[in-house]
Amino acid sequence: MIDLLGYAAFFLSTALILGIITLGLNLQWGLTGLFNVGIAGFVAIGAYTSAILTTPEAAERVGGFGWPILAGWVAAMAITGLAAGLTGFATLRLKSDYLAITTFGVAVVVQLVTLNAQGLTGGPFGVAFIPRPFASLAETPVAFNFANLAVVAAVTLVVYLALEHLSRSPWGRVLRALREDERAAISLGKSAKSYRIQAFAIGGAVMGLAGAVQAHFIGFIAPNNYLPTLTFQIWAMLMVGGAGSNRGALLGTIVVWAIWVGAGAFSSALVPTDWQARTAALQIVAIGVMLCVILLVRPNGFFGGRRRK
Amino acid sequence: MNLQFIADGLISGSLIGLGAIGVTLTYSILRFSNFAHGDLMAWGAYAALTVLGAISALLGTVAPIGMLSFGWPLVVAALVAMALVGGMALLLDWVLFARLRAKGQSIIVVMASFGASMALRSLLEFSFTSKPEYFSRAIQMALPVGFGIRVTPDQVAMLLVTLVLVTSMHLFMSRSQTGREMRAYSQNPALARVVGIDVARIVRATWLIGGALACAAGIMVGVLVQIRPLMGLDMLLPMFAAAILGGIGSIPGAVLAGLIIGLSEAAAVQLIGAEWRAGAAFVILMAVLLIRPAGLFGVSER
Repeated sequence: MIDLLGYAAFFLSTALILGIITLGLNLQWGLTGLFNVGIAGFVAIGAYTSAILTTPEAAERVGGFGWPILAGWVAAMAITGLAAGLTGFATLRLKSDYLAITTFGVAVVVQLVTLNAQGLTGGPFGVAFIPRPFASLAETPVAFNFANLAVVAAVTLVVYLALEHLSRSPWGRVLRALREDERAAISLGKSAKSYRIQAFAIGGAVMGLAGAVQAHFIGFIAPNNYLPTLTFQIWAMLMVGGAGSNRGALLGTIVVWAIWVGAGAFSSALVPTDWQARTAALQIVAIGVMLCVILLVRPNGFFGGRRRK
Repeated sequence: MNLQFIADGLISGSLIGLGAIGVTLTYSILRFSNFAHGDLMAWGAYAALTVLGAISALLGTVAPIGMLSFGWPLVVAALVAMALVGGMALLLDWVLFARLRAKGQSIIVVMASFGASMALRSLLEFSFTSKPEYFSRAIQMALPVGFGIRVTPDQVAMLLVTLVLVTSMHLFMSRSQTGREMRAYSQNPALARVVGIDVARIVRATWLIGGALACAAGIMVGVLVQIRPLMGLDMLLPMFAAAILGGIGSIPGAVLAGLIIGLSEAAAVQLIGAEWRAGAAFVILMAVLLIRPAGLFGVSER
C-alpha cells in the first residue's frame, strides 16, 4: 500500500513535469499559433544549463559551479528563453513553415552538442550527481517521493497561474487577436513579429524550466532523454487536451502519460523480451495515428472546452 | 590536403539534392513542408529490399552487372519500389493531407506530416527492427581517379543515375504539359484554376513524383551506405536546408543547394570532425534565413 502510494507520487511527478512542457507549448501553439518541432531540444537546453551550473566540480568537463538549485532553474529559464527568442527572431518574419523547420534543426543541433561536446555536456554518458531537492529524505523513499511531488506540483501551479494570468492580460489578448485575425491586429498598431517572438521565448523558457526540474528530479541526464519521441509525446498531450486551454493541456498530459506508461507496463508483462523493442515502436505508431486522427476528427481536443471557435 | 572529401561531398550532396526535389515540389505546389518526406525515402529503401528478397528467393542469386555490387534484380526492385512509394504518397494524401488541406490551415498539415512521419518510421522499426540492412554485403574496391581521389564503381553509377533523374525532371517540368501546369499552379493557384488546370491531377502528379524520387534517393543511400529506419530522419534537415537554400520551387536550385550542402558536410568532416557533420546543414539554413530567405533561385513572396 505504501509502495503503491509512493509509485503514485512518482507517476504524478513525472506527469506534471511533462505537463509543464505542455503548458509551454500551449503558449506557443495554443495561444499564438507557433509551430515548434524542437521541443526536446529546448527541454534539453534547460536541463543541461541547470545541471552544469549546480553540480559539484567534475574533472572531465567544464562547470560544476555548485550553484543552488533555484539559481540553476532561473538560469535554465533565461538561457532557454534566449535560445527560443533567437530562433523566433531568425524565422518569425518569414512563413510559418520556416519556424517549424528551424526548430527541428535546433533539436538536431542540441542533440549533436549534448553527444559530442564532451567537455561541456559529458557526451553520451551525460551529467550525473545533479543535486536533488530534499536529498536528505532519500532514506525513506515514500517521504522522498512525496516531497518531490510537492516541489513539482508547486512549480506546476506557479507556471499554470502565471500563464493563466498572462493569457488574460492585455498581452495575451493581443496574441489571440494576432492568431485570429492578423491583419486586424496589425492595423491596431500591434507588431506581430515582436509579440510572437516574446511568446515563443516565454514558451521556450517554460520548457527549459521543465527540463531543469526534471533533471533535478531524476538526478542524472543523458542525450537519450531528449530524442524526437519526447517532442512527439508533448504534441500528442496538447492535442488530446485541446490546444488553447491550460487546464486541457495538463489533463491531456496526465491522460496520455497514463496510457503510455500503462501500455509500456502491459507490453513488458505480456510480450516476450525479444519482441519488446518492437512493441515499443508500435506504441509510437499508435500515438502517431492518434495524433492524425485527432487532427482530422476532433481538432479541439477532449478537455479544451469551446474557447477556440 | 586530401581532396577525397570533394568526391564524398559531391556524392552525398547529389543524394540530398535528389531528395530535396520532392521537398521543394511539395512545398511550392501543396504549400506545406512535408516532415514525412524522409520517411518516404526509408520506406522506399525497405520496399526495394523486400522486392529484391522476393526476386532472389524465386530466381536464386544473379550475377552483378560489370563491376557494380548489384545486378538487374535491384534495378527491377527499384522500379517496383518507386511505383509503390509513389502510390503510398497518394494514399497518405487521400487519407490525411487532402482532408486537412481542405480545412485551409497549412500549419495543421505540417503537424499531420510530423505525426505521420513518426508513425511511418516506427512502423519500419516494428517490421524490420533497427538493425542496419544492406542490399549486398560484397565489399567494393575504390578505384583511384587522380588527385588522390578514389571512388567505387557504385558511387559512379549512382552519380550517373542522379544526373539522369535530375535532367529528366528538369525536362519534364520545363517541356511537358503536366510540368508546365505544375509550375503555373505553384506560381498562382487562383489563376491556374481560372485557366482550367485540373488541380486534382496536379496534386496527384506532385505526390507521385515526390514519392518516386524520395524512393530513388533512399535506395541509393541504401546502396552506398546502409538501410536503417532512421535514415530518412537523418536526411531531413539537409533536404529542408537544400530546398530553402535553392529557393522554394526551383528544381535546379534544390539540386545545386544539395551539392553545396553535401560539400560543406564533407568539409566539416574533414576540418572539424566527423561527429559534427550534421551541424553543417543547420548553419547553412540559419545563414540563408538571416541573409537571403528567398534562397539562391527563389523569388521573394509578396
